[in-house]
Amino acid sequence: MSAVMITRKVRKWEKLPGKNTFCCDGRVMMARQKGVFYLTLFLIAGTCALFFAFECPYLAVHLCPAIPVFAALLFVFVMAMLLRTSFSDPGVLPRALPEEATFIEMEIEAANGNVPAGQRPPPRIRNVQINNQIVKLKYCYTCKIFRPPRASHCSICDNCVDRFDHHCPWVGNCVGKRNYRYFYLFTLSLSLLTIYIFTFDIVHVVMRSMNGGFLNTLKETPGTVLEVLVCFFTLWSVVGLTGFHTYLISLNQTTNEDIKGSWSGKNRGQNPYSHKNIIKNCCEVLCGPTYPSVLDRRGLLQEDSTLVSSSNPVPQTTKTTAPLIPNEHTPDDAKPSIASSAEKSASPKEEHPAAMKFPPLASPETDAETSIAKERAH
Amino acid sequence: MATEFHNLQELRHSPSLVTKVFIQRDYSEGTVCRFQTKFPSELDNRIERTLLEETVKTLNSYYAEAEKIGGQSYLEGCLACATAYIIFLCMETRYEKVLRKISGFIQEQNEKIYAPRGLLLTDPIERGMRVLEISVFEDRGSGGSSPSSTMSSGSSAR
Repeated sequence: MSAVMITRKVRKWEKLPGKNTFCCDGRVMMARQKGVFYLTLFLIAGTCALFFAFECPYLAVHLCPAIPVFAALLFVFVMAMLLRTSFSDPGVLPRALPEEATFIEMEIEAANGNVPAGQRPPPRIRNVQINNQIVKLKYCYTCKIFRPPRASHCSICDNCVDRFDHHCPWVGNCVGKRNYRYFYLFTLSLSLLTIYIFTFDIVHVVMRSMNGGFLNTLKETPGTVLEVLVCFFTLWSVVGLTGFHTYLISLNQTTNEDIKGSWSGKNRGQNPYSHKNIIKNCCEVLCGPTYPSVLDRRGLLQEDSTLVSSSNPVPQTTKTTAPLIPNEHTPDDAKPSIASSAEKSASPKEEHPAAMKFPPLASPETDAETSIAKERAH
Repeated sequence: MATEFHNLQELRHSPSLVTKVFIQRDYSEGTVCRFQTKFPSELDNRIERTLLEETVKTLNSYYAEAEKIGGQSYLEGCLACATAYIIFLCMETRYEKVLRKISGFIQEQNEKIYAPRGLLLTDPIERGMRVLEISVFEDRGSGGSSPSSTMSSGSSAR
């Protein structure tokens, strides 16, 4: 039996369902619509560039040289937080593999019993008790899982996200368990930066006008007008947003829960996740452990193209086609089958499942090399 | 250790998977990662209750250690924040260290306890920390049940 084995390295991010964009070979994960994110970058970088060009030389000489230094540090922090929020995995829950989905379906049918024909089956809900409060877990038809408490399905990214807060177009990503603190620090530091630039713009204009006159000042530093405009409008929105999120953090609520009114109105004071202590709530959200991503985007999937005679079942020959990377044009129902067929095709070929099921921290290269070597020795 | 590993390899060489059992998450204490210690009925004649319960309890304690909010997590959080989280590019977080320990623990449990009984634990991180998956293989001692899964049908390595 002659067989030609051509192994191609495919990383897991290429087969992930959902409407995300991946860059840098899976290191960066964002939503598809990135236009508003580029606008955010442009506004922040542009305004700061104008500030450094027009105000800083004057203020450094006439007031204090620390002013541009502090502005630069603040700018770097804002950009770091923005990029961290935008590029990281918000806490996406992977979809259930076929066996798990079937197992859950069987459990649901067992729980529902026999539904008479013509009647709608009852909604798929599981009740759990958390800290003496009954919480309903809803079933996600797309991901085929019962969503953990506080998780929600983002229709823009087509993923279930753990501790889902909201989808932020300014940041180009969902805000969830893993990147909420970076999002909060971004809004906080951006508020500070906006206030800082606005204040020193005013100080600069006042100081220069005292020497040369108001109109002359505006002629000499035209950038100031633009900066003041941008800062004025940004102030209201960003400071307001920071205040709102500070309120949410102190109560240990998400934006999603706040909008749905889960723990307000007649349910006020019954939030089972709150420690009933503002300091403890803030500490948990901002200084809690940094959760790892469960997606393993950069892990390797083995795709084999084999030319083998006769007795192969059809699924193996379809593996020889190039892996389909889901994009806007892939029909929605094909995507889960792409992911599951990749998983199924990987498992019968491997001789050492341990080589495939490495934890996200193991070096993928060495495991792929050993499994390739084993295939060749076969 | 060579003989136990040999058992695990044998298991993988002849994958006659019968079924998979999933141990779900226990949310009674909130969103911390905990698995239910309820014994699944499908494993009644495959493994002793106490062994599985012990494994799940140890796993739960590892996850509790990883997610503990205390002095060390505050220190890590504040230090990371002060460096604009750039330090995470070179430093491993405490959670990641515990995950390494967990995968080593699961490997060891598979080799010592589960593989000799024809079972295989899958690390929960590979299932999105949603379930603890236990693969049940054909009990070669009884030689009875036929595999119901189609996973083995594609294998040409016979």
